[in-house]
Amino acid sequence: MEHLELFFKSIFVDNMIFATFLGMCSYLAVSKKVATAVGLGAAVIFVLGITVPLNWLLDQYILRDGALVWLGPEYASYDLSFLSFILFIATIATMVQLVEIVVEKFSPSLYNSLGIFLPLIAVNCAILGGSLFMQSREIATFGLAVNYGISSGIGWFLAILTIAAIREKIRYSNVPPPLRGLGITFIITGLMAIGFMSFGGMLTGGEEKAPEETAQVSKSTTPVLNQNISSENDVSAIQENSETSQDLLDTTNKKIN
Amino acid sequence: MALLSKKDRALILDPLADNNPITIQVLGICSALAITAQLKASIVMALSVLFVVSVGNVVISLIRNIIPSKIRIIVQLIVVAALVIIVDQVLKAYAYELSKQLSVFIGLIITNCIIMGRFEAFALANGPWRSFLDGIGNALGYSVILIIVGFFRELLGSGTLLGIQVLGDPITKTGLYAIGYENNGFMLLSPMALIVIGIIIWVQRSRNSKLIEEH
Repeated sequence: MEHLELFFKSIFVDNMIFATFLGMCSYLAVSKKVATAVGLGAAVIFVLGITVPLNWLLDQYILRDGALVWLGPEYASYDLSFLSFILFIATIATMVQLVEIVVEKFSPSLYNSLGIFLPLIAVNCAILGGSLFMQSREIATFGLAVNYGISSGIGWFLAILTIAAIREKIRYSNVPPPLRGLGITFIITGLMAIGFMSFGGMLTGGEEKAPEETAQVSKSTTPVLNQNISSENDVSAIQENSETSQDLLDTTNKKIN
Repeated sequence: MALLSKKDRALILDPLADNNPITIQVLGICSALAITAQLKASIVMALSVLFVVSVGNVVISLIRNIIPSKIRIIVQLIVVAALVIIVDQVLKAYAYELSKQLSVFIGLIITNCIIMGRFEAFALANGPWRSFLDGIGNALGYSVILIIVGFFRELLGSGTLLGIQVLGDPITKTGLYAIGYENNGFMLLSPMALIVIGIIIWVQRSRNSKLIEEH
């Protein structure tokens, strides 16, 4: 259940493109044709599925506060989390190179379809973003990390596939000249993001707003992972809110009077 | 301006308008959109990128002759990552609230395409001083867009600028709110960032028809 929830949440609710704008650069640059978009999308799923679990292991056993305790009790107080950027990006860059070599050796046909996109991916924000969100959302187990990597990859794939299809069709429409190309792509993506916001209520029953701002992204993720918010709590929270706003109104009324 | 020759000045001024990294070169969009709901966050992000691009450009330019070209991407990533760690630690020390709010997006400066793009396109082929100017110019071009988007989103979305209420008080109904104005909360949601940038591109390209794309 936990897995299914994370799976759908990463694809639809926290879609990398529409909710957090990760990997926008390649999303805009490589979405002119469906065929190339599919290639890049597949490569992103592949690399995310490998690097997120790997970085999860790194985070769990080397980086986080007290993670080095397996070396011996005297290492328990070490906190290396400030090194996470450099370690994550190094893992990603080496993994991308490694994957490229392995795929070239064992599956030339896959290499031919993914080949040119793999080097591009090392500097795709979606890949590093996947690892960083994995860290800040405190994904609990290795299995969930694999799930998270693959499902956010699928979300990204979906986004680039749809925009590529729309861009192929939009060639036949009469777009105002200054908006042609980049401008209209931005606006369509914005409209699609509005559409994807409607998935926000899918898992929370509409209690919680879709993650729209960075501040809320980091806050909202933890409660959704352990999805046991009782409805009573919510009701009381709402009541509290209305009470406080009532207080505010009262005080302002007094001021006016 | 005896300090800067005409060519050097072009390095700084070009990216501000006609060769803007965001609206023309389409680089560095990811981070530009996610953090612009508030002007303050946009400014901090712009400053961080300014620091990373300009210093990184100088470093890469200094070591450009000893980097083996095969592993240059990894070398570049390490340089950026080291600089971003500095920025991150400084922010955590002096502006903790803000660094929480920017969350992973400071880390994502590493994969900001503007930085890798400038390293590849400029710093690997030019001297440190020119690379420095190029870095400043491109970071300023990035900042301009970020600040415009942040300005409109915060002003229209929550009626504040840098946290100060400029349109009056929505609770006591003063200023604009007295005549029935309401904040457009939709501006704070992520899709509006895309649409605001779309509009900026529209305005820019209708003023300068050379920039119009053929589909």
